[in-house]
Amino acid sequence: MAPSDTARSKPAPRKGKATPAQGPSFTREEELEAYRRMLLIRRFEERAGQMYGMGLIGGFCHLYIGQEAVVTGVMMVAKEGDQTITSYRDHGHMLACGMDPKGVMAELTGRRGGYSKGKGGSMHMFSKAKQFYGGHGIVGAQVPLGTGIAFANRYRGNDNVCFTYFGDGAANQGQVYESFNMAELWKLPVVYIVENNRYAMGTSVTRSSALTDFSKRGQSFNIPGEQVDGMDVRAVKAAAQRATDWCRGGNGPIILEMQTYRYRGHSMSDPAKYRSKEEVQKMREEHDPIEQVRQRLLSGKQASEDELKAIDAEVRATIAEAVDFASHDAEPDPAELWTDVLHPAGAGL
Amino acid sequence: MYCTLPAPDSDMATNVLMPALSPTMEQGKLTKWLKKEGDPVKSGDVIAEIETDKATMEVEAVDDGLIAKILVPDGTENVAVNTPIAVIAGEGETASSEVAPGSEPATPEPQPTPAVPMAPAAAPKGVPAEALPEGTAMVTMTVREALRDAMAEEMRRDETVFILGEEVAEYQGAYKITQGLLDEFGARRVVDTPITEHGFAGLGVGAAMAGLRPIVEFMTFNFAMQAMDQIINSAAKTLYMSGGQMGCPVVFRGPNGAAARVAAQHSQDYCAWYSNVPGLKVVVPYTAADAKGLLKSAIRDPNPVIFLENEILYGHSFEVPQVEDHLVPIGVARIAREGKDVTIVSFGIGMTYAEKAATELEAQGIDAEILDLRTLRPMDTAAIVESVKKTGRCVTVEEGWPQCGIGAEISARLMEQAFDYLDAPVVRITGKDVPMPYAANLEKLALPSVAEVVEAVKAVCYR
Repeated sequence: MAPSDTARSKPAPRKGKATPAQGPSFTREEELEAYRRMLLIRRFEERAGQMYGMGLIGGFCHLYIGQEAVVTGVMMVAKEGDQTITSYRDHGHMLACGMDPKGVMAELTGRRGGYSKGKGGSMHMFSKAKQFYGGHGIVGAQVPLGTGIAFANRYRGNDNVCFTYFGDGAANQGQVYESFNMAELWKLPVVYIVENNRYAMGTSVTRSSALTDFSKRGQSFNIPGEQVDGMDVRAVKAAAQRATDWCRGGNGPIILEMQTYRYRGHSMSDPAKYRSKEEVQKMREEHDPIEQVRQRLLSGKQASEDELKAIDAEVRATIAEAVDFASHDAEPDPAELWTDVLHPAGAGL
Repeated sequence: MYCTLPAPDSDMATNVLMPALSPTMEQGKLTKWLKKEGDPVKSGDVIAEIETDKATMEVEAVDDGLIAKILVPDGTENVAVNTPIAVIAGEGETASSEVAPGSEPATPEPQPTPAVPMAPAAAPKGVPAEALPEGTAMVTMTVREALRDAMAEEMRRDETVFILGEEVAEYQGAYKITQGLLDEFGARRVVDTPITEHGFAGLGVGAAMAGLRPIVEFMTFNFAMQAMDQIINSAAKTLYMSGGQMGCPVVFRGPNGAAARVAAQHSQDYCAWYSNVPGLKVVVPYTAADAKGLLKSAIRDPNPVIFLENEILYGHSFEVPQVEDHLVPIGVARIAREGKDVTIVSFGIGMTYAEKAATELEAQGIDAEILDLRTLRPMDTAAIVESVKKTGRCVTVEEGWPQCGIGAEISARLMEQAFDYLDAPVVRITGKDVPMPYAANLEKLALPSVAEVVEAVKAVCYR
């Protein structure tokens, strides 16, 4: 495609079949799968919030409640070897990548069975096995890192993509644009997913961003972008499919702005005085990503109340097990203070 | 293009002087004359090509006239900057005109070697601490060549090693460290980046997390401040934060510290900064042998390594063992000179002051031991303590700032681990506690000097 082709800065080129006018539809299995995965994140985060209140979790704890459809929909199109990297609001991403809720919760409580042996905490967890690259605490820093992971894909000549998530706040960091430039220059297979939850901590997008259409943030680099209803898991999945097709086709990066909403504060200590209770209430009632799936399943008679209750019970049991483990697992051995500073296989001392 | 300065001269004949192509250039090769004696030239005509190990440049005439005489023939190496290389005669003069009389103290004879050679003449000890097999052949090479060879060897050995940075590929390296690598390894593995340090440092870290082994070149470490967050927060801390899961085998390398006459923003020594950070290894080679062996070790190391080079040292020549796979272990200091009266601890370019001082001190009857740290983190404290146990005195030498510097650290460690062996307080010789000034005299004052090292040694020896 000619570099000067302005069409590329329009919403993502649709490759393959056109999107149905009513939005993409899910099969019963897909609906149930999405329901189960989103519910797992919701229940996990609710319990994390409770445990924070009980003093079992310390420091920072950023909950993903409200945004579940984003990572869930994206992961529904991921294939073996695709990588995920995100910011500190990462619990949902880890669960969506298939990481064990016990290991995640135990990391939140700072126990030895946590994914980082208790040394990382809420914001810093990783899983090579699940291709989850963190968990990064500096706003925007994961964007060059994700771009580098995509660079490694291209270097190796595989067709994996790196899903690089960041928020509307991070979208104003300079390093994001440095990354955009290199990603497009070298046609790196990276899907930039802007989770626009409307608030960069306490500052609304309209107060922090000169251009609030984040899908257009790649325009000056000729990176296509698309705005997506991030509360509708079907729309997310469809957009993610288009984006991954684009990347796997060797076309370089693409931006998906997921329009979403976080119900909770920025972190546990956020009183959320910058928005009204009514605003939050309205989002919960009219756009809740989990409730949408639930209503579709029930109204379409694709699932019964009892089936959904069974899923709910199953999820609650999984979370209860994670909470139990994370509450009773031992703290790290004091000797762990000194390990993992340097890789022991390093040449020299 | 480079315009030569006409020597202050008679109105009829002008000496063309060997130009300096960079602040650190002291000599170069006169590659080719494009004019011959008797040819007319106009101001702006290219009359010759000259070359250093960093670049090739054209010499322009700055006057109209005739090439009266060529003083330095084609192919002459090591022509010192400011040596007259030709005489341009004014209109009406003949091609046989002699050199303008009395204006130049230097003898305008063709000189295969410069009258004032560059620093390597101070013969480096260059004896690696590692025991080399008897009869190991040595080859003389510059630090620049040694670094390039180290990268090339490791890239041949391991397909995941690649280099990323500004001007590393097509330009052949801003300081010519990556010369030839693009030709051998191609654009996939020798990657020119935009000027975007924060971005490409992070990209390199991400690629390392994904299992590649990037060498990230900073044109100078001054620019790495833009990338500091990725170096510290992403590269250095991730292994720990991931409980040992996610390593980051990346090398950040490039020239560090003062070059010459480039002022405050381009002259900072970051040794102390990076040395402060757990999770990093910090390597500062002095000799070419160490530059090669340590860079190869750094590339193989599974940890992030900060590899601090020095622009002035790039052109220095040393003996390098001609062996299949010359590796120098990270974290081991080198006794550069054995002595019994005092220990001088230094590293990188600081070694040039230490070695010259030791020579002067020897003449004054003081036998100094010189320890070249080579690695600042992990620091070979045992080697320092061992030496001080023998000498009872210690002077540290570095170009960096004094507060919280490497000398301060060494001093503290000696207090903790060798207090009873000290016969005098440790003295630090450092760069002065000011931003680097531009003026030549001030810059010289801001850096350590051999005289300062000599005085400090005499002070701790109570002489």
